[in-house]
Amino acid sequence: MTFASISGLSLSPQLSPGWFLPMDASSHGPALDRHLLLNLWIAGGLLALVHLVLLVGLLARRKGLGKRSARAAEILPLGFLVLLFVGLTVQAEILWAAARYTGPDPAALQVEVTGMQFAWYFRYPGEDARFGRTEPKLVAPAEGNPVGLDRGDEAGRDDLVAAELVLPEGRPVDLRLRAVDVIHGFAVPEMRLKQNAVPGQTIHLHFTPTVAGTYAILCTQLCGSGHYRMQANLRVVSPDDFEKWLASKRSGAAQ
Amino acid sequence: MSANPTPNPAQSRSSATQKPRSLFSADHRTIGRQYLLLALVAVAVGTVLSLLMRLHLTWPDRVLPFHGPILPEDYLALVTFHGTLMVFFVLTTAPQNGFGNLILPSQIGARGMAFPRLNCASFWLTTLSMMVLLSATFAPGGGPISGWTAYPPLSAVASAGPGQGMGMDLWLASLTLFSLATTMASVNTLTTVVRMRCDGMTWNRLPLTVWGWFTAALLSLLAFSVLLAALVLLFCDRHAGTSFFVPMGDVVNGVLQDAKHGSGNGSPLLWLHLFWFFGHPEVYIAILPGMGLTSMVLANFARRRIFNYNLMIATTLLIGFLGILVWGHHMFVAGLNPFAGTAFSISTMAIAIPSSAKVLSWLATIWRSRPEYRTAMLFALGFVSLFVTGGLTGPILAQPILDQYLHNTFFVVAHFHLIMAMAGAFGLFSATYYWFPQITATAARPGRLMSEGLGRVHFWGTILGAYATFLPMHITGLEGEPRHYAQLTGIPGQAGHLMAKPMLMQTHITYGAIFLVLAQIPFLVNLVWSFRNGRLAGENPWAATTMEWKPGLFLADLADETSPEETISVYRGPCDYRDGNNPATFHPQWVSESVAE
Amino acid sequence: MPGILTPTETERRPERRPQRRTDDPDHGDHGNGRRPPTDKRTGGGGDGDNWNDRPQGSRGPREKLKRYRLGVFFALAGDLMFFVAIVSAFFVSQASGRFDAYNNYINPWLPTAIPPVLWLNTAVLIISSVTAEIARRKMFHQFDVMEEWFGLGKPTSRRAMPWLAATAFLGLVFLAGQWLAWQQLNVQGVFMRSNVSSHFFFLITGVHGIHLVLGVGALVGALLSLRYSQQVENRQIIVDCSVWYWHSMGVFWIFLFALLAFFQ
Repeated sequence: MTFASISGLSLSPQLSPGWFLPMDASSHGPALDRHLLLNLWIAGGLLALVHLVLLVGLLARRKGLGKRSARAAEILPLGFLVLLFVGLTVQAEILWAAARYTGPDPAALQVEVTGMQFAWYFRYPGEDARFGRTEPKLVAPAEGNPVGLDRGDEAGRDDLVAAELVLPEGRPVDLRLRAVDVIHGFAVPEMRLKQNAVPGQTIHLHFTPTVAGTYAILCTQLCGSGHYRMQANLRVVSPDDFEKWLASKRSGAAQ
Repeated sequence: MSANPTPNPAQSRSSATQKPRSLFSADHRTIGRQYLLLALVAVAVGTVLSLLMRLHLTWPDRVLPFHGPILPEDYLALVTFHGTLMVFFVLTTAPQNGFGNLILPSQIGARGMAFPRLNCASFWLTTLSMMVLLSATFAPGGGPISGWTAYPPLSAVASAGPGQGMGMDLWLASLTLFSLATTMASVNTLTTVVRMRCDGMTWNRLPLTVWGWFTAALLSLLAFSVLLAALVLLFCDRHAGTSFFVPMGDVVNGVLQDAKHGSGNGSPLLWLHLFWFFGHPEVYIAILPGMGLTSMVLANFARRRIFNYNLMIATTLLIGFLGILVWGHHMFVAGLNPFAGTAFSISTMAIAIPSSAKVLSWLATIWRSRPEYRTAMLFALGFVSLFVTGGLTGPILAQPILDQYLHNTFFVVAHFHLIMAMAGAFGLFSATYYWFPQITATAARPGRLMSEGLGRVHFWGTILGAYATFLPMHITGLEGEPRHYAQLTGIPGQAGHLMAKPMLMQTHITYGAIFLVLAQIPFLVNLVWSFRNGRLAGENPWAATTMEWKPGLFLADLADETSPEETISVYRGPCDYRDGNNPATFHPQWVSESVAE
Repeated sequence: MPGILTPTETERRPERRPQRRTDDPDHGDHGNGRRPPTDKRTGGGGDGDNWNDRPQGSRGPREKLKRYRLGVFFALAGDLMFFVAIVSAFFVSQASGRFDAYNNYINPWLPTAIPPVLWLNTAVLIISSVTAEIARRKMFHQFDVMEEWFGLGKPTSRRAMPWLAATAFLGLVFLAGQWLAWQQLNVQGVFMRSNVSSHFFFLITGVHGIHLVLGVGALVGALLSLRYSQQVENRQIIVDCSVWYWHSMGVFWIFLFALLAFFQ
């Protein structure tokens, strides 16, 4: 472990945008990072400023405080802070709206993510682009049916269930998050993504991975004693490799 | 001013209703002390638990004596007990009920709380609640593992994890008792402030501490009632076969839960809404009394009036009011409608404004004041520093798009530990040093002061330890490290790399935490030593202006009901130090003419 | 100070008043005490003859009553939040459906038909509120209270007791009626666990019933105090507070009943 890697200067091959953040591999990430860094600089600056004022105020010679100057000391900075916070809020909501208000690209790759104690499963709809029916009572990870796929459903015949999430580079993805038992948190730090999977609900989350590589998928909502080991890998590959992977999966499933 | 009544301890004990020495005393000072003792036990246990968590994260293979290795479920039980003890039995109990009972009646010139027996009942209910909570350790399966937020279905289905059976039931019972006790205590506080103020104590003459307690009591009344309702619903889900929080088709451990929970279609999000409607006001309940105390202590040692006093009152109420409207910021990534995320984001950012106004007032109050650095003042300054440091990350987390990255990482842990836990603790420390004479006074003699030397050691150790422990957590959080992980090493796959990177920093945090805990030894020594041997405080040791230091007031309220001859009157607002250039001149609230030391 | 409180108080007042007037507001009050010490509000305000100047327990006939009443109102405000939380949960659950395996949106909420006996119960509770109010007013009937102050027996208790007993009895009738309603539902095969709406039906009637059990307990306590307590003030307080609590439970019930009857 080098000093650089712990100090966040990050000379590692994966380039950190700064401030200790891990590398960024999604299309919405850079804007988020810029906004986060702006926020961190502002917070750091205000922190230093307040402590400077505190120290100077404590060290300086005692002097009575004139009424007018004092009023300016409160109202003016407060006005400035109001403007600052309004600005940050507006910018944050613009980014939030871009990420969440709109639905996914119609051409987005559909993947269903299922969380259960203590694993993630990923289901691809197959060639018909339709997910098959699932039934809670069919959920049986030990029998190779972790998501409870109904084998009788036509649409589900070609569904592929995997233990890792493989995505093609540059193509929008629409994840539908489900949880079988308790609330789980789907998070990929490098994709700047986090969204809880809630049992009884299907929650959509869309993004576009831009940089090929292998990334960690974590569970970020306390889900039981194995919470710490509920992970999976996200592999972002080139579109060709993705097709190859799908084909190999399909042939594996057919056997 | 009339003469002090001559104290007559023998006579005062004869009174039937006021037996300060009795275990079930209805005397507000005794109850205040009992609450403080309870909180001290809770904070000691909670601190040891947090230290165990840190040690386990850093050296996971070490075996705990008399227990064995710390299993993941043990770690999560530690998380649950630590959070529950600290939030409820320390940060809610100590400032609001401990110091509230001890000081509030005197500060408004009352001779007691409005309902002394209800007060006693609240305390013993709280004690019972804590005993029930701690007994969950011995439940089969161990303590509950779902954290102090107890999100269902993990908390609603007994088979969802070890400790979610009887351990969880005991946790529910404990919190139910606590909600009832706190509601009773806040009814008492509110009625006392509204009805028991003495002659001349108008609303805008109330010290800011009283405003803090009053607002916190209003919030407790609203918030704990909602928590109680949520707990009842959760209890029904666990034992009455309902499905308020358990959705249809929930499969836990391979067992379909539908048969057990009727045919309902519950929503786990409903719990989140109810819980955080309580949970967010709860953090203001914890911190508002500390803010009030900090204001008064800064003013007292800077010998200045709190800058813009009425604005401080307004911001206290505004923070309380906005605190009710921001619960959704805990749920940005929980499956909330994105538009709701925006709305809660805006209301949360709005709360930064009154908070900033408070900080500016504090800065303006001590600006060029050359204050007297007593330990109480040092801790109040520490409160300001920690409040700012912890507070500035608040607006960052309030932006949903950033929360999408930072949610449930160590960044959040750093944020709330700095602003709620550390700032809250600094408020409590400041209160302890400042009011120690009030804690130790008896009918026979005035109270004692704590040692200033040990106090300074305690302060510098604690502030360094606090920053050394919690500042680096921002970094590991920015690196993407999630919280609630029972283990940060030995994790396979890509996640292992992610987790390994901040490991050195985590080790540093653990050393910081050990240092922080060791820094409390001078405090404990000081507490024990000063209790018996501290310097006698005399009347009004800090040259304070508020009513609790009124000579004779304490002895008067110990005396027989009909005996005090003195009328209690207030002639002015607090912090009247008159001459800005002469710190010796001050005008206590109870004196109609000026007094110079 | 033995016995005579009021004369000393009136003697002290003239010497204190001028003392305050010399206290120049520009100097003495830095603007935060907008109201100088001659605040005309009583009970904590600050006019010269504030009851609060006196030792506790002798601050006038209504001091304790007002304090207890306020305490009850604060507690009821908290209780209101408790019911508001449950009612919000009711509406949230009612509005939330789910997608089934066939991607159909289904809402499993089946309204629970309320047993007609609830209408009767509601009427009983309203009547009990009326009897409770009569009992409360009897406790404050000026002529009777004066008699008690003069030590001529306990006429307030004598007059209030039948009305209070009637209230407690009607309360028990209401509780029995609620129990009957539960039995009727059970006979129809509707239990707490049957449906989301039945969860709420039993929960709401149940927690309200617990409140009423406590209310009946308070009324019985008030009856006992009417019988045994010597101090008219204490009897007034316990009757007054129990009755305000009773009224609130009546009002809460009307809203809850309307919710269950018309908004399922």
